Amino acid sequence: MKQSDIFQILLYLVLLIALAIPLGRYMFKVYTGERTLLDPVLRPLERMIYRLAGINSEKEMGWRQYTVTFLVFHVLGIVLLFGIELLQGYLPFNPRQFGAVSPLHLAFNTAVSFNTNTNWQAYGGESTMSYFTQMAGLTVHNFLSAAAGMVVVIALTRGLARRTAETIGNFWVDLTRTVLWILLPFCVVGALVLVSQGVIQNLSPYLDVQTLEGAKQTIAMGPVASQEIIKELGTNGGGFFNANSAHPFENPTPLTNLIEMLAILVIPVALTFTFGHMVGNIRQGRAIFAAMLVLFVLLLGVCYTGEMAGNPQIASLGVSGPSVMEGKEVRFGVVNSALWATVTTATSCGAVNAMHDSLTPLAGLVPLLQIMLGEVVFGGVGSGLYAMLVFVILTVFIVGLMVGRTPEYLGKKIESREMKMATLAVLIPAAMILIGAGLASVTMAGTASVLNPGPHGLSEMLYAFSSQTGNNGSAFAGLTANTPFYDWLGAVAMLIGRFGVIVPVLAIAGSMAGKKTVAPGPGTFETTGPLFTVMLAATVMIVGALTFFPALALGPIVEQLLMLAGKAF
Amino acid sequence: MLKLLTRALLLLLLMTLLTGIVYPLAVTGLAWVIFPGQASGSLVYREGEPVGSALIGQNFTNPRYFHGRPSAAGEDGYDAAASAGSNLGPTNKTLLDNAAGRAARLRSENSLKEDSPVPGDLVTASASGLDPHITPEAALLQVPRVARARQLPEQRVRELVERHIEGRQLGVLGEPRVNVLLLNMDLDKI
Repeated sequence: MKQSDIFQILLYLVLLIALAIPLGRYMFKVYTGERTLLDPVLRPLERMIYRLAGINSEKEMGWRQYTVTFLVFHVLGIVLLFGIELLQGYLPFNPRQFGAVSPLHLAFNTAVSFNTNTNWQAYGGESTMSYFTQMAGLTVHNFLSAAAGMVVVIALTRGLARRTAETIGNFWVDLTRTVLWILLPFCVVGALVLVSQGVIQNLSPYLDVQTLEGAKQTIAMGPVASQEIIKELGTNGGGFFNANSAHPFENPTPLTNLIEMLAILVIPVALTFTFGHMVGNIRQGRAIFAAMLVLFVLLLGVCYTGEMAGNPQIASLGVSGPSVMEGKEVRFGVVNSALWATVTTATSCGAVNAMHDSLTPLAGLVPLLQIMLGEVVFGGVGSGLYAMLVFVILTVFIVGLMVGRTPEYLGKKIESREMKMATLAVLIPAAMILIGAGLASVTMAGTASVLNPGPHGLSEMLYAFSSQTGNNGSAFAGLTANTPFYDWLGAVAMLIGRFGVIVPVLAIAGSMAGKKTVAPGPGTFETTGPLFTVMLAATVMIVGALTFFPALALGPIVEQLLMLAGKAF
Repeated sequence: MLKLLTRALLLLLLMTLLTGIVYPLAVTGLAWVIFPGQASGSLVYREGEPVGSALIGQNFTNPRYFHGRPSAAGEDGYDAAASAGSNLGPTNKTLLDNAAGRAARLRSENSLKEDSPVPGDLVTASASGLDPHITPEAALLQVPRVARARQLPEQRVRELVERHIEGRQLGVLGEPRVNVLLLNMDLDKI
């Protein structure tokens, strides 16, 4: 352990919390319609949008209407993005004259990917997408899919906070306010800060230069900063370039690296505080935050330790300094690569600043496990907290069984319907991951794409389906992902991973909204104290371990042992 | 249902206009006014002609220049229109063979003893394939070779390298490093 490493990690955590607390309060104001500083500019714009789209902002929706609206909006989003990709050749801002994104399965996979906040990329950005597709297609869904995740958790929170209510909010209003008040203002400022450090932002054609040694180098250009910042802030993760945030034009300095890592986690953390404000007890939010933080520090420790221990077979070649620099950048080094890998998979971001495929097995286990846990260690914007609230319901249920009382949360009884929905929300993605990776590992179509032989190959397939189901989007990128098998089945995984959780969650929101609250009695399990925090973190780990340990044992765990024993494949 | 579809489509188009056209173009405009150099790629020039970007590494094979990290971007490495890492896993024989081959070549190019240590960043491929930096150790290791090839006193080259060592940003962030392209451009000026 290096002192400078520990200091950088602590600095990150302190800044993160310091930013998230006021942001949580601000988002509470935005979602409850209180006045904010930006109102004079944004209110008129908001009203204009509602008028043009014919939206009645006064009318709230029940959970069924909210869900249907949500689904219709997403189907249209997928169709529109698919269309832009196919018509790319006829659209403007295309200096490389790229034709339609092809084959068809790649275009479809990408359309689903960006609409589900996954941003799995089976293509290289600079060699596939025109500037128009990047801006009017991909950047748009970086905003909308992020906002969609956030509105779901807000709807769920309303469901928990309200008493005997029929409605959980208005989808259009929640979505519009999220984009206008939260995402856009931070993106404009953030993008310019990134540019000041060297992230590019232009519409110029790719530049041909003669290098110092006289060779030709073609340098890809583009409107990168505007997409880079929302890619992180919205926990999207789809890189403008193939190398994602390892590319010097996306992430040129250690300072941009810090800013981008803060952008990834700040909304998920702040939402726990927003939740506390909305349910009328900030300690409820803090307890959930504490459970997330405990898990985060634990898993970061494993990832960092795995990388610091190094690769003994590289070290034995007489290497000085870190032996694990394969797939890493010098300016970030080991600590910032391990920290980023943990941050990006704690959330559903999936942007990378180091190649996860080349991490040591133990360090690579951490991103994989975090995605499998359902990205509840802070989690994606919105999606993290609503998935964690599902675990909260499981936890109070388990505790209820222990003491023999009807479980309740925030004064509301948890009954059979909520338990069924919560169980579905946990089981659907888990089944998709294991069935998908299982199918891949026993078919030619699945195994032919593997780059790294041995147990690492299984890890690549496991990671592919975990990442797509979890809507993460990072990869063990040695896997050749652009094949009919991975593109089609991957698209299915992304859809199931997104809507297979959101629909049950909205159903819970609806049924909880309709319940009466009961005053806490002597037998009520406090959901604000350290006991609850520990129980919640333990529930997450136990459910995750029970579901995925066998698969992990055959992948990264056995590979770590083989690596230490000096084996290679 | 039709009403719902119309509303969804209209909102989608409005949002596309706002976040997909107005927002990126506004940022492009502002960036072009406030930070023109950075927004267009931090280009570096020699006699008025751009020779590359200060942020993007280049291939260097001539002994007269400092060499950067191995690169998996494109056929010959450092293809700045096809960024990529190798994605080789930690127990992949190809990774170990590549690293062993690079270590051997480094030692012979720099006339080092067979068991002398070599910096890890010079035997492994970077994440982007465009890493502009090497560690200070990796730069200092190449000083004798470069000085010999240029018939310069070693001390002079070493001083240049030391001037090019960037510390942690703001004193705490990231890792110490040397920008290979900028170092080589200054080397040509001696």
